[in-house]
Amino acid sequence: MSENSNPFTYAPAPESRELVSIESSYDLFIDGKFVAPKSKKRFPTINPATEEVLSKISLGGKEDLDLAVKAARRAYERVWSKLPGKERGKYLYRIARLMQERAREFAVLETLDNGKPIRETRDTDIPLAIQHFFYHAGWADKLEYAGAGSHPKPHGVVGQIIPWNFPLLMLAWKVAPALATGNTVVLKPAETTSLTALLFAQLCLDAGLPAGVVNIVTGDGSTGASLVAHKGVDKFAFTGSTEVGKAINRTLAASARPVTLELGGKGANIVFEDAAIDQAIEGIVQGIFFNQGHVCCAGSRLLIQENIHDLFIEKLERRIEEIRVGDPMDKNTDLGAINSKEQLAKIIELTQSGEVEGAKAWQPDCALPSRGFWFRPTIFTNVTGAHRIAREEIFGPVLSVLTFRTPQEAIEKANNTPYGLAAGVWSEKGSRILWASRELKAGVIWANTYNKFDAASPFGGYKESGWGREGGRHGLLPYLTHSSTPRVKSGKGVRR
Amino acid sequence: MNQLHASSSNLARDFGITDDRSLALFLKTLPGVDQVGAEARAAELATRSIKKESKSWAIDMAISMVDLTTLEGADTEGKVRSLCNKAHRPDPTDPDVPHVGAVCVYNDMVGIARTHLDSIGATDIPVAAVSTAFPSGRASMEVKLRDTRDAIEAGASEIDMVIDRGAFLSGHYKSVFDEIVAIKQECGTKAHLKVILETGELVTYDNVRRASYLAMIAGADFIKTSTGKVTPAATAPVVLVMLQAVRDFFDRTGIQIGVKPAGGIRTSKDAIKQLVLVNEIAGAQWLSPAYFRIGASALLNDLLMQRFKMRDGYYASSNYVSVE
Repeated sequence: MSENSNPFTYAPAPESRELVSIESSYDLFIDGKFVAPKSKKRFPTINPATEEVLSKISLGGKEDLDLAVKAARRAYERVWSKLPGKERGKYLYRIARLMQERAREFAVLETLDNGKPIRETRDTDIPLAIQHFFYHAGWADKLEYAGAGSHPKPHGVVGQIIPWNFPLLMLAWKVAPALATGNTVVLKPAETTSLTALLFAQLCLDAGLPAGVVNIVTGDGSTGASLVAHKGVDKFAFTGSTEVGKAINRTLAASARPVTLELGGKGANIVFEDAAIDQAIEGIVQGIFFNQGHVCCAGSRLLIQENIHDLFIEKLERRIEEIRVGDPMDKNTDLGAINSKEQLAKIIELTQSGEVEGAKAWQPDCALPSRGFWFRPTIFTNVTGAHRIAREEIFGPVLSVLTFRTPQEAIEKANNTPYGLAAGVWSEKGSRILWASRELKAGVIWANTYNKFDAASPFGGYKESGWGREGGRHGLLPYLTHSSTPRVKSGKGVRR
Repeated sequence: MNQLHASSSNLARDFGITDDRSLALFLKTLPGVDQVGAEARAAELATRSIKKESKSWAIDMAISMVDLTTLEGADTEGKVRSLCNKAHRPDPTDPDVPHVGAVCVYNDMVGIARTHLDSIGATDIPVAAVSTAFPSGRASMEVKLRDTRDAIEAGASEIDMVIDRGAFLSGHYKSVFDEIVAIKQECGTKAHLKVILETGELVTYDNVRRASYLAMIAGADFIKTSTGKVTPAATAPVVLVMLQAVRDFFDRTGIQIGVKPAGGIRTSKDAIKQLVLVNEIAGAQWLSPAYFRIGASALLNDLLMQRFKMRDGYYASSNYVSVE
């Protein structure tokens, strides 16, 4: 039965926009105040689903960063480093509770600014961000059990740059552990998605967080580069592309300042013949189409055992035809807008290379809105390991399907990538899952599921997917220096 | 070798099933169901937000799919007649409300229901009889066949039989299979056969999938979740697994089997969630009372209340719908 004859087409069910009030322009958040940028520059932020300008964002320059780093240093030395862990924990709990109270507002704002479906911001992004604050609030007074000696110490001022794919969630991954461990923060949100970070800044004020503990300096790539180069920053954390990660590393190489990098990936989802097929299909769909495929750990390569390839692809295509693409504010939307024109161009370029190189593309026949940035869910079959679409991160809703004949071949192909962030194994056979997860070189391995996150579970990559872990006990370590010596309680602020 | 019932169809042979061993092997080699994944998918589909015209459409579709049921020891002729009136005209003030899918009663009430439905002009509403020593199925085959024959002779055109869960759980698939074949033969062309799996007693989703296939290959026209006497009954993940089974069976054989969740579906919201499952798992061609029924009693009034709300814009008192 074709799509058109289905009488049960769901009427639009849009979430209300009334929940948020967006100002016409935003200042920087430095030293507990919203201040106009010294650079005097501002740039528009748009809703990628409609191309409507939502607001103007301040472009932080070097002077602004100087002020922010100074404020963070002052807050660290005068207040934050002197607070006992249990007091820091109270602030984190308060922030978490305030986020809970305003969860729907955050979800709507994130969807408007990012283009991802409201179902995902409401059910995934915001609840997980809140969980990160609750989880790390609990750690604040228990750091002697983190595995960094009996008296672990913070670094001081931490510089953090976050990406546009999970704006508030990535902020939480960065800010919560930094504050729990006693560091102060200068954070730069992604150029296209600053709004939830700015709402978070307001929430820091509401929580009574001491001035300068969190500073949010919005801007573009130049702002980020200046922050990385800033000599007043003691530790650096970045989530984003491998390309930028490498550049950051080059900048920091000579300074011996510690850095955590959460970079790209080309995750393999391996489906063995004995898998629970229907659930494996769900997992593949979640793995690559969740968040429009703008996920560093996306399962962008499907490795399917050759003897079930045809049946599996047939079922997968039917499932993909059920994906509802469109208005991200509609509660029934599964796949929203591509975050930016630039990202859309990159996805188009890579998918074209796939067709040129001989892979076979398939897309459902779904309608797309006329304005905004959109890309249909796409599967490539006849992909070989040498194709660009099998090697490069597309960061969009595009799945490359490769086949294997034996378990050994599956592992070999899965590991044959410069990346090593995540992998999935689908099998009803426990021993095979245990064996495969031992052989796979990836920081996160999911068995019979994909894209499941938890604040207590460390996340991070092998090889060019990054350094260090975020979340769990492991995620605390990059924010601490190992020490078994109690801190000297002198009149002056103490560093290290 | 223990050959299958002589009346089993060519279908079994098409699946390579000829005896107890090949039947057991076939069921065992069906792909497994991952519990976590199946429940997650059902939960995800439960977040669909059905509004306005699609909600109106869904409410009327759900009404037309209700197997309006009374299965109590305390059932009386009066109760059954009043249920039949309700089935025919769920809302006597509004002729646009469709009639329900069927009236479902115990065996001895079939004649009363049929006669009454005919007398009020509801000749197009079938009477479904729960049969084969419902709900436990613990009786001899002779009794089960007689039970079925009685119901059909009294005017039942749909037979809701129970499978022998004890035999299924102890691996005696052939005996379960043969019973269904025999009851199907008894139904002949006079009655549709709905096979109740009683998923609450089969417990695992793997078992639900196996029992679904077993029933379909043996000749079921519908597979039904539950008797309504065991909890849990028609949970969303169980219905999801059964909908996947009928879809895959259709792909392979071209035969479209219906699904009937029964038990625990009491609100319009629950019913609409079921329709979303049908729509997104099996597909739109199952969105018809010919292929999807909901076994329920209290549900119908809630659907009517929601219908009033859609029409009038406010919730009416429950005193505006009749209690049977």
